[in-house]
Parts: sequence; C-alpha cells; structure tokens
Amino acid sequence: MIVAERKPFDEVYDFARRHAKVLVLGCGTCVTVCMAGGEKEVGILANQIRLAARERHDTIEVAEHTIERQCDREFFDEAVSRKIHEADAVISMGCGVGVQYCVECFTEAIVYPALNTKFFGATIEQGEWAERCGGCGECRLDLFGGVCPVARCSKHLLNGPCGGSSDGKCEVDPENTDCAWQLIYDRMERLGRLEELEDVIPAKDWRSDRDGGPRKVTREDVKL
Amino acid sequence: MSEEALKSGSRLEKVLTSGQFAVTAELGPPKSADVEAIKQKAGYLNGVVDAVNITDNQTAIVRMSSIGAGVLAREAGLEPVVQVTCRDRNRLAIQSDLLGAYALGIRNVLCLTGDHQCFGNHPASRNVFDVDSIQLIQMLKDMRDDKVFASGEEIRNTKKAPIVEPRFFIGAAANPFGDPFAFRVIRLAKKVKAGVDFIQTQCIYDMDRFKQWMEAVRNRGLHDEVFILAGVTPLKSVRMAEYMRDNVAGLTVPEHLIERLAKAEVPRDEGEKIAVEQMQELREMPGISGIHIMAIEAEKSVAGLVEKAGLLPRPQVA
Repeated sequence: MIVAERKPFDEVYDFARRHAKVLVLGCGTCVTVCMAGGEKEVGILANQIRLAARERHDTIEVAEHTIERQCDREFFDEAVSRKIHEADAVISMGCGVGVQYCVECFTEAIVYPALNTKFFGATIEQGEWAERCGGCGECRLDLFGGVCPVARCSKHLLNGPCGGSSDGKCEVDPENTDCAWQLIYDRMERLGRLEELEDVIPAKDWRSDRDGGPRKVTREDVKL
Repeated sequence: MSEEALKSGSRLEKVLTSGQFAVTAELGPPKSADVEAIKQKAGYLNGVVDAVNITDNQTAIVRMSSIGAGVLAREAGLEPVVQVTCRDRNRLAIQSDLLGAYALGIRNVLCLTGDHQCFGNHPASRNVFDVDSIQLIQMLKDMRDDKVFASGEEIRNTKKAPIVEPRFFIGAAANPFGDPFAFRVIRLAKKVKAGVDFIQTQCIYDMDRFKQWMEAVRNRGLHDEVFILAGVTPLKSVRMAEYMRDNVAGLTVPEHLIERLAKAEVPRDEGEKIAVEQMQELREMPGISGIHIMAIEAEKSVAGLVEKAGLLPRPQVA
C-alpha cells in the first residue's frame, strides 16, 4: 500500500483558516489501512479544526466525507461532487495521488494536502509501517531472494553491502533499519543460493524509474 | 616489465608489479580553496610514500575536489590516487571528470561507494549511487581495456578520430570488518571479477579478524589476482580509539590496544608505536603487497612511521 502520515496539525490548520467552509475528504483505501486518512482520521481532523477555530476565534465551517478511492474517477460520485462544490476548499486526506486526482476531477476546486505521502510499504505490526518497494519499474527481486536492495539499502547497492553494515543493521539508522544486504545474504544462504551473489550485477537502467520522466502504463487490451 | 605491458604506467603500478612492497598514504583536501594547505601536506609526504590517496568529500563533508587537489599534489611532486565515490555523481559526471583527470596527468583511481550523506555537513542533500563501486570498477576497466564508455560508445571525438582512452590503475577498498563477515571475501572476489588492480583495506586494529579474512582471501587465490595494501591508522589518544570503536560501523578496536594507550605517558607516541608494530606484522603476512597509511589530519607523522617500520627509502622507478 501507499503509506502516508498526517501533517502536523498547525500546518493543516493554516490551510483551513484561509477559508470559511472546508471539506475534509478521506480516502478508503491505502491511507485507511495505514491509519492516516480514512473515515476515522477525517472525523478526528475535522473536530480538531472545529475546536481550534473556536479557541482562536476563527469562523470555519467543516464538512466531512470519505470516498472509496481518490485515485479513481468513478468514486467521485454526485454526493462528493456536491460537497466539493459547496465548500470553499478541500483538505484531502488522500495520498499525493489522491490530492492531484481530486484537482484533475474538480478543476475549479482548491485542494490542500493533509498528509505527507511516504512510500510503498507493508504493515510490520500495529502502528508500524516500513518501505518495501521503490517502484523502480524493473523488478529484480528474483536475483536477491525476494529482498529489494533498491528500496531497502540506503545506497541502493546492487552488488553487496557497503562497509556500514554492522550486526545486521544499516549505519544510517542502526536502531530502526536492517541492512538489506544482511537480509539478502541470510535469505540466499537459507536457499542455498549464495553462489549467485558472486555475479557482478551490471549498472541499472534507471529509465524505468523516475529518471525516465513521469511514467504511464497503457493497456490497449483493457481499454474501453 | 616493459612499458607496454603496464596498464597505466603509474609509479604505484610499477612498484607493485615489480614485486616491491608499496607504501601509500592519504592526503585530505582542505575544506576551502586553500592551495597552501595541500602544498604543506604534500611536503610532509614527498619522498616518503609511493603514492598518495586524495580523498573525495570524505565522511560526506564538502572539500576541495579530489581531482583538483590531486593535480595540485602532483605538481608538488606526489603521485596521486584520486578517490571517486558513487555518492555525488552519476555515470555521466564520473566518466567526464575522469577524462579530465586523466588529461591532467592522474593515473590512479580508487573506486568507492562513499559514506552516506547523513554523516556529513550537507545531510539534506540527495545522494546519487547511479552506479555502485563494483560497477564503477567495471566502467573504468571497460574505458581502459575496451575503450568504450559505459554506454558502449567508443571513446573518440568523431567516427574518424583516434580513440583516446583514459588508462587508469584501478583501485578499490575492502572492509574486512563489516558484516556479514562471510560476504566480505565474496565482495572482494566481485571486485576482482569487475577488474580491480589493487585494494586498500579499511584500517586494521582487530588483527585476528584481519588474519581470518586474509586466510579466506588466500584460500580463494585472490591475493594472486590483485595487490592488497593493508590499511593502518595510527591512534592518537584513548578518545580517538573509543570514538572509532563506537562510531564507525563495523570497526572494532580491541581492548588491549586501548589499554596500552591509557597506560602510556604520551598516548600519541604509543599509538605510533602500535602502528609501526602493525606495519611490521602486516609486511610479513602472505598476500599483503603494501601498506596504506591513513593518518587522519596527521600527514606530518607519516614519514616517521614509514622510517620506523623500515620502509625507507622508497624504490625509484623509471
């Protein structure tokens, strides 16, 4: 999923106070799962804004709504369309994709981001999410026993650990981050595939990553 | 060995290929455009070592470029080993800079991954790592031996122009003290496979672990395929030893060395004594072709160390 984190309240409030009526718009997919921008978080943020407005003597009317996905046009239905038109601005609790797609669907609307979008990751445990994929566009997890050095090594090294791997941890953040190459080594050892790590992996073709410019996937076979 | 058989013709290459024990040192460029600082450090090292590594924004702190400082060191009579990290430049910039370095007389390059920028003075910067150190070795070898850029294009101005390729003596680092330990020899083997000519190791304090690593290196015959220069950094104080132990990932400083420094009347002298002992021990170790002295901001002390280790005078090469 796409993992995001809510911005500090003051930053979001600064968006809200520029308008008389705002709509806090949640998203029911990734950011609901990572507890950053689902229906529950929409309720909390809306109430925080109302309370802060009362305390600071600002007049802000706050509406709430959550749709299934902000990255899919079909979920921007009539109900949400009406609410967006009624509001002076939208505070989107979708990821960066959701915010932009909301703007694309409602070109007149002013849409602010309430979240900082972080990465593609997994839920490690309740309340903890970690990056697993860098979206490089050319998956080679087959070479590394299913552990990605592009996303999980601080220097995205393809040919083994740098000198900063110590006791299984990455020197960049030894408290919280495993050395991806320790994980790869352990995994390949278990699989009896250590020999494969002796191959020199050539320089990556980064064109499939962001370096090739904004990316797009087109599937003629499923187009309407 | 005839000139044609040499890859780069550098002094370091000649010393090593003629079977002589090499000594290299390190010169950290200034954190400014100060030319005098380089001249002064070069003065301490002139005639004392075979070549001098010029570090590339070491510990991710901005300094004069290793190529610029390398050219100045060369003008001051030293033979530079220009260090190149993968942190700050992509394959275009590295190849272009190294064409320039070669044109300016640089003949040795050390290929490094590079410290992460979070440790330096620009932690907010973006890192590059377009290629890694092993891919960088391969790139320089392909430029020298196949006369092509990383793209496969020939190194010439036009289709009819002559090929003018940069011919470097290619070095890399090895850290026998990082984890996973078993991968450390594999990584050296990969560097050899990629085409490295010489290796300079991380500074050695844990001699037992180093011996263990060297044994694995010899078992694979890697010492016959690459010249290995063992890294030595003299300890100046107990504080420095503890700092290295606690803050440099993968580096262990054995307790008995710290004790020696603590008991010594002049810890700095004791640190130099330890370094000389290490140099003498490493010199006798099978598979070791030289010593690389990294006296951090203590270039002045190198001459004394080399002399006490019985490594002076340095060989003359044609």
